[in-house]
Amino acid sequence: MTNNIPTSAVSSKPTSNSARASMPKHSHSGGSGAAPANQADSHFGRKGLVQIALLGLLLLLPVAAYFFGHLYYVNLASRITIIAMAAVGLNLAIGYGGMVSFGHAAYFGLGGYVAGISAYHAFDFTPFMTWPISIPGSDSLLVVWLAAALLCALLALAIGAISLRTTGVYFIMITLAFAQMIYYFANSWPTYGGEDGLPIYIRNSLPLVDTTNALTYFLICFGGLVMAMAVTSRLMKSRFGAALTMARLNDVRLATAGVSPYPVRLVAFVISAAITGLAGALYADLNGFVSPSVLSWHFSGELMVIVILGGVGRLYGPLAGAILFVMMETFLGGITQYWQLFLGLVLLGVVLFAKHGIMGWLAGRERNE
Amino acid sequence: MSVTLLIEQILNGVQLGTMLFLMASGLTLVFGVMGLINLAHGSFYMVGAYATAAVTASTGSFLMGLAAGMTAAALVGALVELLVIRRLYHRPHLDQVLATFALILIFSEGTRWIFGSSPMRLSPPSWLTGFVTLPGDTRYPLYRLMLIGVGIVISIALYFLISKTRLGMRIRAGESDREMIGALGVNISKLYTVVFALGAALAGLAGALVGALQSVQVGMGEPVLILAFVVIVIGGIGSIKGALLGALLVGLVDTLGRVYLPIFFRAFMPPSEASGVGAALAAMLIYILMAVILAFKPKGLFAAHD
Repeated sequence: MTNNIPTSAVSSKPTSNSARASMPKHSHSGGSGAAPANQADSHFGRKGLVQIALLGLLLLLPVAAYFFGHLYYVNLASRITIIAMAAVGLNLAIGYGGMVSFGHAAYFGLGGYVAGISAYHAFDFTPFMTWPISIPGSDSLLVVWLAAALLCALLALAIGAISLRTTGVYFIMITLAFAQMIYYFANSWPTYGGEDGLPIYIRNSLPLVDTTNALTYFLICFGGLVMAMAVTSRLMKSRFGAALTMARLNDVRLATAGVSPYPVRLVAFVISAAITGLAGALYADLNGFVSPSVLSWHFSGELMVIVILGGVGRLYGPLAGAILFVMMETFLGGITQYWQLFLGLVLLGVVLFAKHGIMGWLAGRERNE
Repeated sequence: MSVTLLIEQILNGVQLGTMLFLMASGLTLVFGVMGLINLAHGSFYMVGAYATAAVTASTGSFLMGLAAGMTAAALVGALVELLVIRRLYHRPHLDQVLATFALILIFSEGTRWIFGSSPMRLSPPSWLTGFVTLPGDTRYPLYRLMLIGVGIVISIALYFLISKTRLGMRIRAGESDREMIGALGVNISKLYTVVFALGAALAGLAGALVGALQSVQVGMGEPVLILAFVVIVIGGIGSIKGALLGALLVGLVDTLGRVYLPIFFRAFMPPSEASGVGAALAAMLIYILMAVILAFKPKGLFAAHD
């Protein structure tokens, strides 16, 4: 079977089969910083090389493609970058926080709809609302970003406050249910296109910068991704990150130490949603279109797949996963329309046999796994 | 809003509920006994419907088709359990979700590959078409009434299976303590395969029966799967009684909400807006119900165990 390909490569390495839960512990080595240039750490080595290679290739290949005139590949790279950013957000919840959210499409979609709806009102100069305060549409990137992140944070605060009262399967299911709720709402609410989706006629703009240029837009997305990874990295090195790690590993112990796990988890969940929502806004702008399909549970599943493929709880995991996923979708999808069959086989192989994902395979295990 | 409409919609809700119960009972058994969350349950629903459609088309007998559909779903279920699922029992839920998500992709694309993208035809046999006149001059389709009957029969059969037979005793024992019944000499891996195949067969039956009402196509299992998850979460994961009650509740709330919410909003809104708001709210209604229930009872109405 095809799924033996990633397996054999992994099982040829010596693996100590620790029976512990498969969530890799976050490494505190300097190698996981978002700016991997300034390490003098002995752990730099192979992992650092892989990380620099991933980010470097993601940055350089589109630039090269742009100057050779292949705009298609520049947009493909933007797509990878945005999906990776969404997965960075989800990784904060799943990988670092141990909160298996099956509903992150809700935030990605809401971010997309914020971009879409504000462009819709900016395009025909109608206000979004007039009461109690008047809110016009906007095509300023910064305003839209801020609005997307804030609204996703608010939504996640409400959803998280209820969902985090439950654990395990119930948490998975309730996050799924909330996402479905929003999906069906977007699907049947006719004002903004309903199931047909909402086209965006103007791309959001920044002062002095031409965002309609493919390379410029890619660089903006790339900046967003690096920012999201830097935030995650800083966060996990802080006291808050230590508390979140402990909430995942042993919440009773955290509580005994005088820190209540619930607010720690909730804050991580909210930040995670805000990052994913920002990615959603970028994605809607890239495509010039937003539809309920980005809110569907299939998309939540795909985001989880990306996090797992890359390696759960690893800073560069979502990036590696997004590269593999979008590449498979683009190139396998070009060969056969049944590419998801092969995606399924690869995913099954990774879950059953290669617990640590691509980053585990490429860069070795984290120090304290 | 007449009484006839109300009776008809209540029957529709019960019919949806009984079909949801067929799906949900398998899901909740598998979770209760093996502690496994199985997204691929919707695939068995689809397998059952396709096998029924194919066999009905070639033999001309709907009953033969149904038998083939259940058998095919049970066999595929047993095979999947042997090849993949049994490696997942001791894994975290995240791994289970992803592996079974992968199975969905494999089953959906595999089915599309074999049968093509266009829906297959499957219609109820001629002896089940037509209408029945119920008290109060309600004319109701015979086939839908039959679905309710099948649901009731299966519920009673499941009740007897679980509370009166040796297999049922083992299932109950497995639900309360997996390790212990293994230690007492029950062949636990065989029990797991049987429970999984049983759940798959029920899902296959539901798929075949509903497939004849709607259409048999790739991805038909997914909306039902999500509804079934809502059902078992509301009912309390692992509880058959909870699944039955949850299924009826979800079936009725969903069906009645879709009919009456737009009518309700029309009372104080212009009709065009009312139908939009009503439809949007109706589509969200069962998820709101679930959120409210979980906010007050985080383990569902009839939590079996942790």
